[in-house]
Amino acid sequence: MTHVLDPDALPDDARALMAPLPPYDDVTRSDSAFRTFLHGLPGVDQVGAEARVAQLGTRSIKTTAKAWAIDTAISMVDLTTLEGADTPGKVRSLAAKARRPDPGDPACPHVAAVCVYGDLAGVAREALGDSGIHVAAVATAFPSGRASRAVKIADVQDAVANGADEIDMVIDRGAFLSGRYLDVFEEIVAVKEACGPAHLKVILETGELVTLDNVRRASWIAMLAGGDFIKTSTGKVSPAATLPVSLVMLEAVRDFRAATGRQIGFKPAGGIRTTKDAVKHLVLINETVGADWLDPDWFRFGASSLLNDLLLQRQKLRTGHYSGPDYVTVD
Amino acid sequence: MSVFEYAPAPESRSIVDIQPSYGLFIDGEFVDGTGEAFKSVNPATEEVLTEVSAGSEADVDRAVTAARRAFTRVWGPMRPADRGKYLFRIARLLQERAREFAVLESLDNGKPIRESRDVDVPLAAAHFFYYAGWADKLDHAGLGTSPRPLGVAGQVIPWNFPLLMLAWKVAPALAAGNTVVLKPAETTPLSALLFAEVCQQADLPPGVVNIVTGAGETGRAVVEHRDVDKVAFTGSTEVGKSIARAVAGTHKSLTLELGGKAANIVFDDAPIDQAVEGIVQGIFFNQGHVCCAGSRLLVQESIHDEVIASLQRRIGTLRVGDPLDKNTDIGAINSAEQLARIKELSDYGETEGATRWQPACDLPDRGYWFPPTIFTDVSPAHRIAREEVFGPVLSVLTFRTPDEAVAKANNSTYGLSAGIWSEKGSRILKVANQLRAGVVWANTFNKFDPTSPFGGYKQSGYGREGGRHGLTAYLKGADRP
Repeated sequence: MTHVLDPDALPDDARALMAPLPPYDDVTRSDSAFRTFLHGLPGVDQVGAEARVAQLGTRSIKTTAKAWAIDTAISMVDLTTLEGADTPGKVRSLAAKARRPDPGDPACPHVAAVCVYGDLAGVAREALGDSGIHVAAVATAFPSGRASRAVKIADVQDAVANGADEIDMVIDRGAFLSGRYLDVFEEIVAVKEACGPAHLKVILETGELVTLDNVRRASWIAMLAGGDFIKTSTGKVSPAATLPVSLVMLEAVRDFRAATGRQIGFKPAGGIRTTKDAVKHLVLINETVGADWLDPDWFRFGASSLLNDLLLQRQKLRTGHYSGPDYVTVD
Repeated sequence: MSVFEYAPAPESRSIVDIQPSYGLFIDGEFVDGTGEAFKSVNPATEEVLTEVSAGSEADVDRAVTAARRAFTRVWGPMRPADRGKYLFRIARLLQERAREFAVLESLDNGKPIRESRDVDVPLAAAHFFYYAGWADKLDHAGLGTSPRPLGVAGQVIPWNFPLLMLAWKVAPALAAGNTVVLKPAETTPLSALLFAEVCQQADLPPGVVNIVTGAGETGRAVVEHRDVDKVAFTGSTEVGKSIARAVAGTHKSLTLELGGKAANIVFDDAPIDQAVEGIVQGIFFNQGHVCCAGSRLLVQESIHDEVIASLQRRIGTLRVGDPLDKNTDIGAINSAEQLARIKELSDYGETEGATRWQPACDLPDRGYWFPPTIFTDVSPAHRIAREEVFGPVLSVLTFRTPDEAVAKANNSTYGLSAGIWSEKGSRILKVANQLRAGVVWANTFNKFDPTSPFGGYKQSGYGREGGRHGLTAYLKGADRP
């Protein structure tokens, strides 16, 4: 019952307003009820999960299937820069690339979103104009999440005010690992509310949660709390998006939709650098949750260097020969 | 229809060079058999691949004579370390020619290339590597003070894992100092004949390995030959029984690895998603042509509906079709005869009141095909719950308590393998101890390793293959480990 002592915790009447979707509307009624629910989810056998993704990794995606996969993957990229050294110039250059990833080929699709820190969301918004490309901003004291809830909420509101239409928040891993699941839940609910019309992606930082059982539980917390997407990682912690983690999170969104009717998106981020990695993820989606998720509205790649490898492979398919790093643009 | 259609990704056939006809491999060379030749077909297309000699009784006699001579003069007296060198050489050649073996195996057997490439061939090589290491350590294997080879081993193997079963038989026999006469299955002789080429390539002394192709009559001649010291058989329980009768009262020692009707037990505290994978792997691996297949799913009643729904969704993603396509999960049924048996038992299942479910899937027009199938509402009295189908057909039964699970699992004339799915370690250990099955997998299924013994209880046979235990079947004066 630690949340009772937490000055940031919502009062009981507020908690009633943020009840999860049926049939899960009463699982957050107390800390112990929520713990019982989360620990009652079926366990994940790590060896089995690894074997499954290894088997799917042998899928051979060639010719027309590969061409489709590459274009689809490009259209799912959240082109990301999250550096202390980011400047308006850097963001504008990234935005230009997002609109026209391959200057030599107008048929190349644009990416899904540009992902920046909240203070640069306005720059991205302006540079992207009416391209249809979203502006995603990381917030809530990204990447560590170590700040008071008031600061996190302010961070979110600031990013939204600057023009972000997608917010990538981090969960409080400290609270999660110390068993305060309801605190994690309530914070996501509060952030979701602060987002207003902006979509909320909830970053679990699976590299810090370590076990696949934890990944499954955190996924459910985020989905129950109203997150629109669940996302693996900040990209600042290693390991980031591994295939077994993606498998477990995809199973979570699949099961959640089956139970509640609400579809949640999934975004692996960090560590996906090659076309091969991206295709493996598309295969994983295709055979775990099906075609409903093979769409930028429901699936994103959080990546920076991935795009150029996709472009190189795309050129290779088109021309029949490999070019090189000078044939794609630096950001 | 998915938006993400995988384009065909066929493995090239050009790496294999199938000759128009094959003779028998006796005393180090290919010779014509005197029996009537028979055809080997590709079960995925019904295309005739080649013509193969059938070994007559006289041919088998020549093979056994060659094996005896090689045992007495060359292989028996050879320094064990040198025998090991030959086995290492064979293992390396299997690896070097892995793709060739995989393609040939898929062509002749109908199994998907993903399995022949990732399971059959690497495991076959691993068996040779493993037993190669034992060749010069037999005195120190804890099998008695000076175990000695038995002599000539007559080996008859099935069609479901043609090369792998050859490796399971040949590798320990040779490591222990025996010579062999091996009869591959009638419908899948080609990888064994390619293995004969590998023996030549490895300069294995003539007569150490002899391969006599043919059908049941040829097998009978091998088993009943008076100069065979050891009979090893993997195949149906029916044939196993007749072999046991034929061998009874002779000096021959015998190991039998026969049928099974394994229970795959899923408790309510199981990791459900992985259990569903394990159920699929247990019954649909190799089209269910697996003696240790998890063909009886015992699922706790409280999670029955959830598990079946997940299982059906998962089965819907299985890709059935061209065995040579790298994305195929389920290939062709090995023969028209086997397909007829699967159909007969499945139809019987419906007659007896079980409910059949099959996914919507397009099957090729030619060849032998059967879609992945599950039967729910199966009672232990139904034939599909008791008899081995040896095809992609799963019978689902339920239980309420661990005791009932054990009782139902053990209620079989077979006892080859079983699976347990639970996140509770103490339950796994307790139930595993109560199951009368030679192999019990926990939170996995159909996993094989050369270091692990394999074999059955009851009508699943006797003797163990694999591991240190596997050596005892080929040694005199060996205590069981």
